[in-house]
Amino acid sequence: MMPPKLDDPLPGRTGAIVRRLAGLPPRAHFALGMVLLFVVAGVLGPLLVPFDAAATSPPDRLLPPGTRLSDGAVAWLGTNQVGQDILAAVLAGMRTSLTVALVTVVVAGSVGLLMGLLAGYFGGWADGIISRLGDIQLAFPSLLLAILLAGVLGPSMLNVIIALAVTRWVIFARVVRGSALAVRDREFVDSARVMGASHGRILIHYILPSCLPPLLVAATVQIGLTMVAEASLSFLGLGVPPSQASWGSTIAQGRDYLASAWWIAAAPGAALALVVVSIGILGDLLRDASDPMTEL
Amino acid sequence: MTAFVGRRLAQALLQIWGAITIVFVALRVLPGDPAELILGSQATPEQLAGLRAQLGLDDPLPVQYLHHLQGLLRLDFGQSWRQGVSALDACLERLGPTLVLSAWAMVFTVVLGFLTGSYAARHANSVADRLISVSSLVGQALPPFWIGIMLSLIFARGLQILPSTADGTMASLLLPAFTLALPFVGWLGRLVRTGVLEEMNQDYVRTARAKGLSDQVVFYVHVLRNTLVPIVTMLGLLMGNFIANGVIVEVVFAWPGIGRLLVDSITFRDYAVVEAVLTVITVCYITLNLLVDVLYGYLDPRIQLENA
Repeated sequence: MMPPKLDDPLPGRTGAIVRRLAGLPPRAHFALGMVLLFVVAGVLGPLLVPFDAAATSPPDRLLPPGTRLSDGAVAWLGTNQVGQDILAAVLAGMRTSLTVALVTVVVAGSVGLLMGLLAGYFGGWADGIISRLGDIQLAFPSLLLAILLAGVLGPSMLNVIIALAVTRWVIFARVVRGSALAVRDREFVDSARVMGASHGRILIHYILPSCLPPLLVAATVQIGLTMVAEASLSFLGLGVPPSQASWGSTIAQGRDYLASAWWIAAAPGAALALVVVSIGILGDLLRDASDPMTEL
Repeated sequence: MTAFVGRRLAQALLQIWGAITIVFVALRVLPGDPAELILGSQATPEQLAGLRAQLGLDDPLPVQYLHHLQGLLRLDFGQSWRQGVSALDACLERLGPTLVLSAWAMVFTVVLGFLTGSYAARHANSVADRLISVSSLVGQALPPFWIGIMLSLIFARGLQILPSTADGTMASLLLPAFTLALPFVGWLGRLVRTGVLEEMNQDYVRTARAKGLSDQVVFYVHVLRNTLVPIVTMLGLLMGNFIANGVIVEVVFAWPGIGRLLVDSITFRDYAVVEAVLTVITVCYITLNLLVDVLYGYLDPRIQLENA
């Protein structure tokens, strides 16, 4: 860490944040920029370029990227087999992907946090039950569990979220349990107990803060993996219904037109790949930042 | 050692029971009437009631569960209503192609993973090392079904040198096996790189160098052999992953394996086959994990001390 210069142009908290951002490696800037771009695109994109899954436009079928459509607009990423704009489908799919990933990670993360705290802090039979349950579930390949649940529940965004959250909570529970276990018997927790703090107070004020950084790292990584899982389910026809755009279902459509219209499958896949790689880089950076040992 | 194997075996049996129970709960307890799904929405109430009685769906759930477990002990998963054969036969018939695909994916992973990993370790922090580590990150992040589609776009549609769907030839195996392997090539490469770098700092390497052995001999005879021990045990885990993750790749390349059977059976609500496929895959997966743990304990005596 550089000692602060006297003629610091940006003093205070803002300055500290700016300096930290500027000190990050180039791949961090790339990843942060990409994630921001996609979040903005997912939130605002569908407002600018609306996607209507039911609309068809026969004269605009399978047009290559950059073609002018019959209504005068330019299809920057081409059109699909029913004349829908791929850019609009990609933007709408971004929103679906983002929604599913965020809600899944929040739900699975909260359940995992609660279970992990219970198991790690109280130990005993609570730990026994939760850990065995986790062992049993992890012995079941998570992709297959998601396919099974999504297939049985039927195609809807809520069901995809349920299926994916069920497969993810264990990962969060394990992370939190590990951190809770590590601080449970430290002196500052003992002293709080001696001072008469309740279990609830100890959990929230003493245990929780040290569980949050690893939980945050896990959540970042899981957002990327959940996006891939959602796209995989939709690709198999078990994800969101056809009335909603999803990168997975657009890629599945594109598979049938690889010879004539490669852009249908390529565009959403490239978007997914870029986001997931960026989130992976961010996850690595967060892990390094939360673990001082890696700097040595 | 016996105690460790015994405890690990008990754990594996518990996991298999758990997996069977998860499948049972998903298929029978969650909302949705199998009889209605099989007969369709036009079925009369009498037909529905008849099929429900035939399938034993009128019994209380605990009774159904016991019947189910009894059936499984006799390896009886029921009949596939779509194919008219026993669900287990329908499933085992498709297991062969999946195993072939997984085995080839394993060959790709091991060969490419060792090549890239040991090259990266011997040229640590070079441009090539960085390139390998970046591509391994990208390879692990890319969704497998998209890699598969892009590979078939390039090699099957563009260059027209490889078939994009299964036709029984060796050439049709290359694309799906490579697609399945790709995410794990980077993973194994990283493992090999770390392992080699760690071994390179060991005393015996300095001794070997001091004896005047060439870099090549030190690397291939001493270092690589010692990195093999922990990595060989990981290959069992890989095989389990290939069988489970093969589902998507099999669908992309129309590979006639167990994973595609699973997706088809879920789509057509052929639940007896779904149960059989999931049980077979999970048993493979858990057994491979068990073998890995036991093998690891056998190869590395320190593991036993920790578990004693």
